[in-house]
Amino acid sequence: MTDRQSLIEQATAAFPEEVVTHAPVHLLDLPGGAGRFALITLDNGFDHTKPTTFGPRGLINIDVALDEVAKLAQNNEIVAAGVTGKPFIFAVGADLKGIAGAGSKEIAKATGKQGHDTFRRLGELPIPTFAFINGAAMGGGVEIALHCTYRTVSASLPALSLPEVFLGLIPGWGGTYLLPRLIGPDNAVTVIIDNPLSQNRQLKGKKVFELGIADAIFEGADFLEESLGWAASVVKGETVVERKEYPEAEWTAALARGKQIADSRVHGATPAPYLALDLISGARTNSRSEGFDAEDEALADRIMSEEVRSGVYSFNLVQKRAKRPVGAPDRSLAKPVTKVGVVGAGLMASQLATLFVQRLAVPVVLTDIDQERVDKGVRYVHEQLDLLALKGRLNSDKLNRLKALVSGSLTKDAFADADFVIEAVFEELSVKQQVFAELEAVVRPDCVIATNTSSLSVTEMASKMEHPERVVGFHFFNPVAVLPLLEVVRAEKTDDASLATAFAVAKTLKKNAVLVKDAPAFVVNRILTRFMGVVNDVLDEGTPIEVADRALDPLGLPMSPFELLELVGPAVGLHVSETLHAAFPDRFSVSENIRKLVAAGKRGIYQWVDGARVVDPELEALFTVGDSPSTAEQVLDRATSALAEEIDYMLKDGVVAAAEDIDLCMILGAGWPFHLGGVTPYLDRSGVSEKVTGHRFLDKGVASLP
Amino acid sequence: MPRTARDVVFVDGVRTPFGKAGPKGMYAETRADDLIIKCIRELVRRHPELPVERIGEVAIAATTQIGDQGLTLGRTAGLLAGLPLSVPGYSIDRMCAGAMTAVTSVAGSVALGAVDIAVAGGVEHMGRHPMGEGVDPNPRIIAERLVDESALVMGQTAENLHDRFPQLTKERSDAYAAASQEKYAKALANGKIQPDLVPVATRNSLESQAGPGWGLATADEPPRPGTTIEALAALKTPFRVRGKVTAGNAAGLNDGATASLIAAEDVARELGLPVKMRLVSYAFAGVEPEVMGFGPIPATEKALANAGLTIDDIGLFELNEAFAVQVLALLDHYGIADDDPRVNPWGGAIAIGHPLASSGVRLMTQLAHHFEEHPEVRYGLVSMCVGLGMGGTVIWENPNHEEYGK
Repeated sequence: MTDRQSLIEQATAAFPEEVVTHAPVHLLDLPGGAGRFALITLDNGFDHTKPTTFGPRGLINIDVALDEVAKLAQNNEIVAAGVTGKPFIFAVGADLKGIAGAGSKEIAKATGKQGHDTFRRLGELPIPTFAFINGAAMGGGVEIALHCTYRTVSASLPALSLPEVFLGLIPGWGGTYLLPRLIGPDNAVTVIIDNPLSQNRQLKGKKVFELGIADAIFEGADFLEESLGWAASVVKGETVVERKEYPEAEWTAALARGKQIADSRVHGATPAPYLALDLISGARTNSRSEGFDAEDEALADRIMSEEVRSGVYSFNLVQKRAKRPVGAPDRSLAKPVTKVGVVGAGLMASQLATLFVQRLAVPVVLTDIDQERVDKGVRYVHEQLDLLALKGRLNSDKLNRLKALVSGSLTKDAFADADFVIEAVFEELSVKQQVFAELEAVVRPDCVIATNTSSLSVTEMASKMEHPERVVGFHFFNPVAVLPLLEVVRAEKTDDASLATAFAVAKTLKKNAVLVKDAPAFVVNRILTRFMGVVNDVLDEGTPIEVADRALDPLGLPMSPFELLELVGPAVGLHVSETLHAAFPDRFSVSENIRKLVAAGKRGIYQWVDGARVVDPELEALFTVGDSPSTAEQVLDRATSALAEEIDYMLKDGVVAAAEDIDLCMILGAGWPFHLGGVTPYLDRSGVSEKVTGHRFLDKGVASLP
Repeated sequence: MPRTARDVVFVDGVRTPFGKAGPKGMYAETRADDLIIKCIRELVRRHPELPVERIGEVAIAATTQIGDQGLTLGRTAGLLAGLPLSVPGYSIDRMCAGAMTAVTSVAGSVALGAVDIAVAGGVEHMGRHPMGEGVDPNPRIIAERLVDESALVMGQTAENLHDRFPQLTKERSDAYAAASQEKYAKALANGKIQPDLVPVATRNSLESQAGPGWGLATADEPPRPGTTIEALAALKTPFRVRGKVTAGNAAGLNDGATASLIAAEDVARELGLPVKMRLVSYAFAGVEPEVMGFGPIPATEKALANAGLTIDDIGLFELNEAFAVQVLALLDHYGIADDDPRVNPWGGAIAIGHPLASSGVRLMTQLAHHFEEHPEVRYGLVSMCVGLGMGGTVIWENPNHEEYGK
């Protein structure tokens, strides 16, 4: 007991802020006279808004509970035992703060070992054990269930996943060993590799059952009663669960599929999925102890890696900082928005109208210069709403309601009673100023006027207005419905009330707003353009297209620079680079070859043949290139140096409050990977920041090893 | 348009194990609506032959219709139990006779042809909703002496009943109570009680006095096996100094729920649903509120008269034991012995508990079992006293009897 006491003291000292999970043991009688059953409830004492996690002291509590269960089993006082969670939550795995705080490999390894040593007891008792997965289960929460002999799942379960690979970790408490042996290597690859690398996809109860993770599924209304009834039938031998063995060929095929998935998603840039595949591979022949030891080793290495520290940093940015935008005015200043105007009825404007009506459910009016365009815009919104209904995301009443809220108008008079008007017209300052003047003539003086400009100065746009204080930048990312980032721009005269309204609208739109200064191209486009500039430069200098485009693969970006150019559209890319060149001619160039590409009406550098990309053969004749090609390493060095330089300028200029906001923008707006920490942690750890700027962007330990 | 009343039958009934009210009771942190939901789901589960969309009404009783016993419980419980959205529901309140009234109320609908099949039941979580919670009696009740002050305190009304019938001594009450405990213990040992019970998962927070974590309620909590007449004699009389009513010769404060399926007999036959009892007649009657325990007597008189039967035709009785004296009053009235084996063969509320509005269906469910065991009995009745001076009685016919339906 003193041993355990000192363990608790050590754990408390190492991780004082742990939200400790308790594990009370309750003895009950199984229905139908099947015998006594010991049920452990995982409960951290809070409601479902603070999910149960595992830290060192929580694991000790579970170990103590298992001592009691083991003793009861030994004395034949119980016929079976089980684990379940507090209402709506099973357990969501290791406490990330504890993981990311490990200061040495020894401590990291002890974390893994403590989990294994505790959980494996559930699989090594002389009685059958059951996990009743009543609510959300992630990571270690799934693993404690896997250690049990049997599992049931609630049909109402909203989410189950092994998200470790998503964060750069591996499932290290038995997941890689137990799961493939239970559900087969192919399904295990789906859960351990594919899902985490697909925006951390979650499994619902039905799928958990179909995959074989759970042996039985019951509705939420009496999940635990039915689960215990099922456990009774298993104990009595009335229900027999068959376990399968999976032939070697299935393992080989599954691992090959896993490798393919990893290659296509991270391009080798983070080792986590590959390590997880190695562990899955080992599970076929390893003993339990060998499998668990291998996990301990791999997990400790991962915990002590820069990618994981960056991954956890990114996770916290997205989970916490994104929800409380730094620098946003007090929420209480926001004014209600009961009607929205959208200037323009083109594709962007129509996308915006769709989003506004869907989320705000208030009247949305589109205007344009002729009836045909207006009708087309309204029709587009109606079609998008129909699609949502087809997907089951809107019922017919809501569909009717939302469709009726969308209308078109040829005059801006329709905006007279609007509280929020956004323009999405042609990117030309004089055009925007003209629109603003027309708007001001009809709207109320306190109506917030927003612009979706991606690169023009919001301050200049507002400069000729009577009430420039109500103008904000509201920069969405394409596709508007998908990308979660919204750059909210405070222009020179923007007042707090208008800005607060903009943030409130952003929140209702379910976008993550980041406050940015009215600086050219704001954050994401400025960084991407600076970065693209280097790639274009080396192309112009004579570097082969493939070399230039592949040089950045080691970063593991979601798409290569030229694929991005194609997505954005060469004309838009060119326009932004011209704007930035005008603002910062020393650092932003305009590529002659991209100019030619746009002039030739090309949609990109590549053509897609049977799903594979090939360089457009006409480009050789179209492009004029120099004779000083760079190597891939040189391109990478130039590009990352340019990034560090630009970010340093942006931070000095106060474009955002802190480097964290740059990273948040790159993760949410450009899909830059967690393992880079967005971008600044990568620049810090690769030494580029110090080389270029003489300093790090983040202190050691913030997004890196201490 | 001529109408023919349809025969109404009791298809099946279930209940949760009954718990002791209060912070140490097994349902201390379990919601009342969850108790009734488990019962409805169990009924549906036990009858796969029942197309749930044929259920025409869900009538659920609760005395205190606040919080988790409010929000038109019959409707919300149906929704939360997963019945089709097309199935309507409503709430019922006749205090202790809530579930009984739910049954007679839907029976009326079934007989009239408005509904084919109904769920009728009741729930009372006296821990979460103590008696008298939120009541606001009209001051005229006192000012105009409309009823005696003691009428609102059930224990005092039981003392008043002892006053009215001096032959109903404390000794007789205690002896009756001890027998109730004994009969229940025997029925439990013989496995009679368990089949009606729906297991309920009980979840307690870390601070719970009942022990933290999830548990499973599979047995009644209130019974006190081994209770002796001597032990009962020593108990305090909380309602009157040197009184006769004790915690031992009355039902306790309890948590629990019951539910039953009531159907038109022809519909039950069509669907292959069991027919456990056929409704013969029912009646509710009012008496002076301060002797509410007298209520079952005029109610039974009326029900017998409605049926054209006499007390001699009744072969089995399920009488609610809110207080021993109130059962004895009815037995004495009809000259039935205190220990007549036809009365409460498995014991009663003194042992099992009495979660107010739920008890009526428990009486019926148990009577249905007695009918199965006693095909020689043609008629049985359930009866209970009701607060503010009422009684309710329902008379049922045994389908196992050879002359059934003739």
